[in-house]
Amino acid sequence: MGKTFAEKVLGQKAGKNVVPGEIVEVKPDIAMSHDNTAAISKTFKEIGVAKIDDPNRHVIVLDHCVPAANEKFAQNHKDIRAFVAEQGIPNFFDIDRGICHQVLPEEGFALPGYLMVGSDSHSTTYGAFGALATGIGRSEMAVIFATGKIWLRVPETMKIIVKGRLPKWISSKDVMLKIMGDLSADGGLYKSVWFTGPAIAEMSVSSRMVLTNMAVEFGAKNGYMEPDDQTLAFLKGRARAPFTVVTSDPDAELESVHEFDVSDLEPLVACPHSVDNVKPVSAVKGTRIDQVFFGSCTNARIEDFEIVAGVMKGKRVHPSCRMVVIPASRQVFLEALAKGYIQILGEAGATIVNSGCGPCMGNHEGILAPGERVLSTSNRNFKGRFGCKDSEIYLCSPLTAAASALTGEISDFREHL
Amino acid sequence: MAKIVGRVWKYGDDVNTDVIFPGKYTYTVTDPAEMARIAMEDLDADFAKNVQPDDIVVAGKNFGCGSSREQAAFCLKYAGVGAVVARSFSRLYFRNCINAGLPALTLPESADIFVAGERIEIDLSAGTIQCQAGLFHFPPLPEAVIGIFNDGGLIPHTRKALGIDS
Repeated sequence: MGKTFAEKVLGQKAGKNVVPGEIVEVKPDIAMSHDNTAAISKTFKEIGVAKIDDPNRHVIVLDHCVPAANEKFAQNHKDIRAFVAEQGIPNFFDIDRGICHQVLPEEGFALPGYLMVGSDSHSTTYGAFGALATGIGRSEMAVIFATGKIWLRVPETMKIIVKGRLPKWISSKDVMLKIMGDLSADGGLYKSVWFTGPAIAEMSVSSRMVLTNMAVEFGAKNGYMEPDDQTLAFLKGRARAPFTVVTSDPDAELESVHEFDVSDLEPLVACPHSVDNVKPVSAVKGTRIDQVFFGSCTNARIEDFEIVAGVMKGKRVHPSCRMVVIPASRQVFLEALAKGYIQILGEAGATIVNSGCGPCMGNHEGILAPGERVLSTSNRNFKGRFGCKDSEIYLCSPLTAAASALTGEISDFREHL
Repeated sequence: MAKIVGRVWKYGDDVNTDVIFPGKYTYTVTDPAEMARIAMEDLDADFAKNVQPDDIVVAGKNFGCGSSREQAAFCLKYAGVGAVVARSFSRLYFRNCINAGLPALTLPESADIFVAGERIEIDLSAGTIQCQAGLFHFPPLPEAVIGIFNDGGLIPHTRKALGIDS
């Protein structure tokens, strides 16, 4: 019997043959933390170890509230800078660099065959590069600082085959909303989710990141794609270290296989307050919106800017609606600037702010008031996620967001192109 | 291991970390008493005001889905909650409970068998829950992680493993 990707990566780290359900103690290749590093460093000090196990395995990115919105966030950042200096951590990215899940791939830390953990649930994103990547808690990251190690359960593998050819303008976000709407918010619970099939092969690396980013939204431990020529081209000149591609054996045991044909997929929207409350845009069009958020680690990369700017060129955000734009990273911002996309969005009346998480977890830069409604390209629509429990969050693709910003209501872009 | 006797706070499926411990507090609220006051803020405004030591939170599937924030486990512990029983847990929430030393018990019959407000008894050693509907059995925690739980959580466990605490 062959081995799955997850069994191979965890088995290699554990130094033995492993099977699903087994718990192993392993040393991750990369451990990512962000603004929560201040709290983690305090827990690390409670453990009573003076120096961290291996500074080179840690990557720290400030992104959750950048620049600091108030004194408490400022103190938090200050504490992290002091910890980074004290421990000699080389891979530190301050408030000017972008969202961690975009920065790690851009900087060549997300590599095939790697075991990566992050004290952030969307650390699953790195699976788009063939890494086994998952989220962990703050205390667990403090222990990795102290010992380098963590316990992980070897997951069963769920294979999702995406067949057919995506209709023009339908994006990987629509594909992921379709998968989660059908399989439900716990459909991938504890699983290693393998995205494959012809429609995945045709997707750009950035589009694939949408699927692995949101894998956690239906409970997955990790989501991944097997690296192909596109992946390797992205990594060329970027990878921080040599790597070996790891793939599942053809006869490896899978827990389940699900097939989706996306040839006739419609634009989709996840309605409040759950990511699996998915409806075709035609069912909710006309719903008035107070704000559009084009940002987040899910959908704010250069290909998304190209689409949004293409729709909004020469047009205006509807007067009854605001639009907040946050590029996923400074690299994305600079490229969008060079290509004229920022100019277009600025002229359209969008509010463009520094790369980071912004309002996506209720910290700043676009918090909602009671009774307000946002249409967002982000990944999570739980009640209160945008800082106010009496507001509503709808999730969609960048194209649906752009078309709706122009009308001030949820709109089917196919009627406006 | 001790018995836990407390009143039931009953909730539904897919209770997420944002309603247990809102994201806007994750970098500004660290004091345990203050965390306890925020517990369940966007789910049940009465919870933090009325919860008593050893009360038990019961829920349906996928409890604690969403964020990795461990404050969503710690805030219940600081509020005095004795255990969380659910049909299933998100993997991050389950880990965070173990690491906080808060019993997270998986019971396929949850939450249907429970009545809000009823007093139930959990026997961690026997793996049983006694409630009005009868006696129910839950599977033990995995062997490999029970040591973390028995040591009171991941940080005390790590100190012990490193020989810092004997």
